[in-house]
Parts: sequence; C-alpha cells; structure tokens
Amino acid sequence: MATAFSAPKLAAQPFSTISPSSQDRPLKIPFLGSTRKLRCLGSSRLNLSRRPSGPVVAVSDVVKAKKPTQNPSLLITKDEGLELYEDMVLGRAFEDMCAQMYYRGKMFGFVHLYNGQEAVSTGFIKLLKQQDSVVSTYRDHVHALSKGVPSRAVMSELFGKSTGCCRGQGGSMHMFSSEHNLIGGFAFIGEGIPVATGAAFSSKYRREVLKEANCDHVTLAFFGDGTCNNGQFYECLNMAALWKLPIVFVVENNLWAIGMSHLRATSDPQIYKKGPAFGMPGVHVDGMDVLKVREVAKEAIGRARRGEGPTLVECETYRFRGHSLADPDELRDPAEKAHYAARDPITALKKYLIENNLAGEAELKAIDKKIDELLEDAVEFAEESPLPPRSQLLENVFADPKGFGIGPDGRYRCEDPKFTEGTAHV
Amino acid sequence: MAAIFHGVGAAASLSLSPSNSFDSNKSVFSPRRSFSARKGASFAVVRSEGTVNLNLKGRRAQQLISNAVATTADSIDASSSSKPGHELLLFEALQEGLEEEMERDPRVCVMGEDVGHYGGSYKVTKELAKKFGDLRVLDTPIAENSFTGMGIGAAMTGLRPVVEGMNMGFLLLAFNQISNNCGMLHYTSGGQFTIPIVIRGPGGVGRQLGAEHSQRLESYFQSIPGIQMVACSTPYNAKGLMKAAIRSENPVILFEHVLLYNLKERIPDEDYICNLEEAEMVRPGEHVTILTYSRMRYHVMQAAKTLVNKGYDPEVIDIRSLKPFDLYTIGNSVKKTHRVLIVEECMRTGGIGASLTAAITENFNDYLDAPIVCLSSQDVPTPYAGTLEEVTVVQPAQIVTAVEQLCK
Repeated sequence: MATAFSAPKLAAQPFSTISPSSQDRPLKIPFLGSTRKLRCLGSSRLNLSRRPSGPVVAVSDVVKAKKPTQNPSLLITKDEGLELYEDMVLGRAFEDMCAQMYYRGKMFGFVHLYNGQEAVSTGFIKLLKQQDSVVSTYRDHVHALSKGVPSRAVMSELFGKSTGCCRGQGGSMHMFSSEHNLIGGFAFIGEGIPVATGAAFSSKYRREVLKEANCDHVTLAFFGDGTCNNGQFYECLNMAALWKLPIVFVVENNLWAIGMSHLRATSDPQIYKKGPAFGMPGVHVDGMDVLKVREVAKEAIGRARRGEGPTLVECETYRFRGHSLADPDELRDPAEKAHYAARDPITALKKYLIENNLAGEAELKAIDKKIDELLEDAVEFAEESPLPPRSQLLENVFADPKGFGIGPDGRYRCEDPKFTEGTAHV
Repeated sequence: MAAIFHGVGAAASLSLSPSNSFDSNKSVFSPRRSFSARKGASFAVVRSEGTVNLNLKGRRAQQLISNAVATTADSIDASSSSKPGHELLLFEALQEGLEEEMERDPRVCVMGEDVGHYGGSYKVTKELAKKFGDLRVLDTPIAENSFTGMGIGAAMTGLRPVVEGMNMGFLLLAFNQISNNCGMLHYTSGGQFTIPIVIRGPGGVGRQLGAEHSQRLESYFQSIPGIQMVACSTPYNAKGLMKAAIRSENPVILFEHVLLYNLKERIPDEDYICNLEEAEMVRPGEHVTILTYSRMRYHVMQAAKTLVNKGYDPEVIDIRSLKPFDLYTIGNSVKKTHRVLIVEECMRTGGIGASLTAAITENFNDYLDAPIVCLSSQDVPTPYAGTLEEVTVVQPAQIVTAVEQLCK
C-alpha cells in the first residue's frame, strides 16, 4: 500500500539500529542517537526505501488516488462522520460566538479565532486517546474543544471567570487542561514546541525507564507557518528525530503570520521538505479537507505510537477571519479569501456525508441545533459565573507556597492570613 | 571558633568540619548555634585549619592568627577518619545528592550538554549515565532554549528533570522558556500543572574566563515570578540544596560557582536536606551584619580574619536563598547589630544586593544605625586580564575598609 511514509519495516525495538548489516551483531547498549550514515556510499545508489525517513510526497494526491480503488468502502463510517461534523461545527460556532461576545465587551485582550482551520484540529485530535497530549498556540480554543474540554470551561475562561478551565488566570491564549492533557495555550510562537517535545520525552521515558509497558502516549504539537522560521522549531525537530520521540509536528500553514505572507518570510516555503532534513517524513496535506487530514494523521500518529519516531505534517489551510479580533485584515487578497471560502471544510464534509448517504440533511441540522443550544448554555454559564475573588491572586504562583519565603516574623509568608485574602504584599 | 578560610582554585583544598558541639562559652570566638532549630533547620558553623595557596603568584596565605582561629584539640584531627561523616569535594557532594535522589525516585532525570558520557563539564554527573542509562542522564544537542523547554514539558507530564546549563551564562538562551514557561505555567494553567524542575549550573567570575563565561544570572532571573533561586557555597549546603531542590514542587534554579567546585568538607553520612528558603549563619557576631552568598562568602571570611584582629566582631550570614530572602534570619541579625554590609558578586545595578537593600530598608529601617552598604562587582563586562578581573569583583581589603567605615 503506497503511503507517504514508506519507512522500512523495522523490528519491534524502538531504538535498535536500523542498518540491516548490524543485525548479526548483538546489541549491548541501545544507542540513543542518529542512525543515519554520515556519508552515502554514492548518491546514485540512494535507495529511498532504505532511508529511515520517508520520501517527500504530497499526500493529497495519494489519498485522492486511494478513493476510487477502494470502491465500496468509504474513508469513514457514519458515526465517525457525524463525530467529525459535530466537532467542526462546534469549533466554528464557538469561534463565531467568541467574536460576538468580544464585540459585546464580554472578553478582552487578544483573541485569535480558528474559523476555516477546523479540519486540522478535528482531523488530528479526534484520533487521539485521552492520555495523548496536545500542545497548541494562542489559536487554541478549538484545539481545546476537540480535545474534550467542555465549552462551558473554555467560555468561562475567555470571560475571565473563576470557573474557567484555568480559573480565569490564563485567558484566550493559555488554555490548559490536565484532565484532557491539553498542555497549553502559549502566547509566544514556538515556545510550545519544546514543551511538546518534553511531553513526548516523558512518554518514551515512561515506557523505557519506568517500564510502564503499554505507555504509548503520543503528543501533537500544533503551530503555524511563521513558527517554522523560528529556532525552537528546528531544535525540536532535531531532538525529536534523534531520540525517536512519539510526537507529530503539525504545521497549520494558513499562509499568513498576522500581515506577513509566508512567501515573504520564508526562503523555501515548502515546509514539509524540512522534515527529511532531520530524518523524519515530511508530508503535505490539504488542510481544508478533514478526511485527507485524518488519513495522514492516522499514519503519523500510528508511527509515533509504534515508536518509529516523529513526523512533520504540513496542512495547507486558511483562516477566514483576521489574525485576531483586532486585526483589520486588509492585506489579504479578496480573491484568495474567496478561493478558500469556497473550500470550507464544513461544507465539504457535509457534501461528502450526504452524497455518500452517510447522513441526511435533517440529521446534520439537528447537530447544528444541538451545538447552538450547547453554546447558549456555555455563554449563560460563563455570564453567571463569578469573577475570581481577590483571594485567588496568590494561590497558584507556587505549587508549594513556601516558595514565597520566610517573613520577618519567622513564619512562612504563606501562613500569613493576608495570603488567603490576596492582600499580602510579596 | 570562628570559621575563617579562603578556598578557591583547582589546586586548593580545604578541610572544613561542621560543628556538632554546643559550646556555651560566651566569648566572641566561641561557636554558637545561633537560633534554635527552627523548622528542622540545621546551621553549619564551620571550622577550618590548614593554609591555602592563595593566588597566582604562589604566595603562601597569611599565617592564621591564633587568637582568631583558636583551634582546639579536637579540630586538629578534623580530617581523621575517627570523625563521623565523610570528606568530599563540592562537586562530589552535588553528585552524591543527585545520585541519591535519582535512586530514591525513578522520575528524576538529568538533561544537559555533556552530562552523560562526558560526565559533566565540571564532573557533577560523573558516572551517572553508566549507572542510570542514556535516557535518564540525557546528553542533549546544543539547544538550550529547546532542551530547557523539553525539561519543562517533561516536568509538566510527570517527570522531575534536572536541567544543567554547562555555564549559567548559556541559560540566557533559555530565558524564554525559563521566564515564560517555567515561572508562569503553574499560574496560567490555574494550578493544573506543576513544574518540579531544577535548573542548575556554574556561574560567576572564574579565573580569566572572559566576559561571557563570567556572568551572574541571578540578577536577571530574580524578577521572574514563580521560581525560587538558591546559591550553594559549601559541600554541605550544596548537597542539601540539591536534594531539597529536586524534592521541591516548585521550579528551583540552583546557582553553583565555577571556583568552588573543589572545596573539601566533611559531611554527614545520613540523609539530610537544607531548607530552600533559609539563610545560613556562618559566623555569629555583634558589630555588623555581613550578608553574602556563593564565592563572596570566602572573601568575607578572609576579611573577617583581618577584622577580628582589628577588634571587630562581624556577623556573617550566607543568604543562600536568593529568591525569596530569608527575612527572619536577616532581620534578627539587623536588629542585633544595626549595621548591614552586603557583599556580592552580582553587578551593582539591579543585582541581588540591590533587591536585598530594598527589602531590608522596607522591613527593618527603624533598626538601622547607618545606611546599608552594598559592595558589588563593577558594572563592567568581566575583562580577561587577571589584574583587571581582580578589581571587578569585591576583594577582602574592600570589605575590611567598608566595615571600618560602617562601624565608625
């Protein structure tokens, strides 16, 4: 089966050396490092199937080619289709509601909306287990929702209420949920990627050092095209490939970094090509088509779970709104916007479901209505939730509040009653 | 006995022995356990004997003045094996602490450049990779920002990493991760994720290492909310602070000093930690409070020798906890002596001394008889030339002069 990941089929050990000639030598200590040869034995003999990284292929072609040959079987079942549809509609409706609430003065600061990119979030995150981790950027509302964080919690967080998922302390750009393993929410681009690498490292550590035999948790790191010019991206690609960490790097290439076009910022705009430079497959996929994204995601997540290492997936997608609600969005060509608007992922999935008789109009409308009601409820909940009291100010600065030190009276400052009131001066 | 010693340099080695005896002799030179054991704290009052090769020219150290360091009979065989505990160098103490914690908790792991196969550029992680494996003592590529971030991500997902900066100065490259993620994520996640990470490494002015390898990062990191900073200065507190930092749920930055790795001391065999938030009473006194940390402790103690000869009685406190300050120990001292001298290696502007001056003025202004004097390094990139480097940091002679001025 042709896939974009024609890595050689390896033996089960995650870090046994790959080159076949070493199989007759018994391994004493597994080598934690790169197994690529420093020099090829003549570039003409480069055998693609032998290289640890897969060739660079535009998967949209591969997936498109797949469909006609699998005639009767579709890419998804009805249940899966409805799940994907519901998740994408939730994402879209939530973001639209955010815009409304922002202009009504209920939420503040920088709010970055995800309209148009739902296929990436849904396509990837719906394949994960609860224990898998997701690391996002400031455009994280929909990643949170796809991962399972309740809409109420996210909406309250945006309103800055104490019932928010981060008690109102994080805000739009810092969505966290330890229950759902959503490890942020980061305001600076690129700074989440090392954290994701660390989460993947934990997973590998658990399996190999702590001997938790079935620990195969995968981490997904989402970030944009602008981040791909940042050092942290490259440093983490290197480390993840070096140690074969169970991580998938998902680039949401929406072609714009605020007002900077990807083409004006990047010497080689084809981001997926940067994967093989580090020894991992680099895949490009049409990010407006949730089914194509899902197929690629299955492969990439499967690779990570089996211990074969990281993958770089570039999803070509588009954001229908500006960078944030404060962005006038004047630089983007209306023709470009129209082109992508015509490829709205929700409309596309709807069409697919109906044409393939997986669902009817009525069913889908019912889902739309359900989501609307869910969001009404979320907004109501957020409105009625209390604002954080002053006493919350100092509570989470340190996990161990002894970190505030010893005051002049000899007692730890956190024992001072003013601490619980939040009026202590530290 | 007051503890007065000067220990620096690869060739030097000192014998220090913690005092376990409670001597009720009231004279100025008697060792006193200053405060009753508060919250299980232990203070080491150190004694020393033996002379040290001081400086590059090879001159012998000043002869110890007998009435300043009146060595009693039992301290003469301080290095004999009949005493309890075992003797080791500071870097070995750090290694011992790290190893014990790694044995105690399998989630403790080390990450850094050359920590594994090389054993650490200052040998703090020597042999650990052989014992615990390449994944637990991870040799990282040269990517401070990313591997510090990786450590933070690992800490958030259940591990307890110890990240080593080969030189503290390199951690400037990791400032993004340390400030934004290490310090903030516990708060911005509403308390959902803890970051029990330890970031450690050698810093400070060494022997002609040049400007970039001679930085004091404690002044840059001190404003970051959500982290704790400690500085070790003796093998005893190095091991104790290392262990306490690893066991702490908070992110802790442990500052070591390049010149102190070869200090020798006898430390207890049993398991002990040093409280992260407490300061250490080095030499009790009556006339002036001298607050210091890390390498400057030794310059202060050398100056104290001279001062004692001149009839002064300085109280020397090693603040150890750079953030937060132990205002109880410091405050009690200020209330007793009414004069404060801060001796630090940080730069004058915005250093630990500056913060400490502010904190003391805010809290204990009524008890001060004189303005606080703060001796810091010059606001100068550390020069390579030895003569210039010597004058960028505070030297014992300056400390003596400052005390004389203060106590006029």
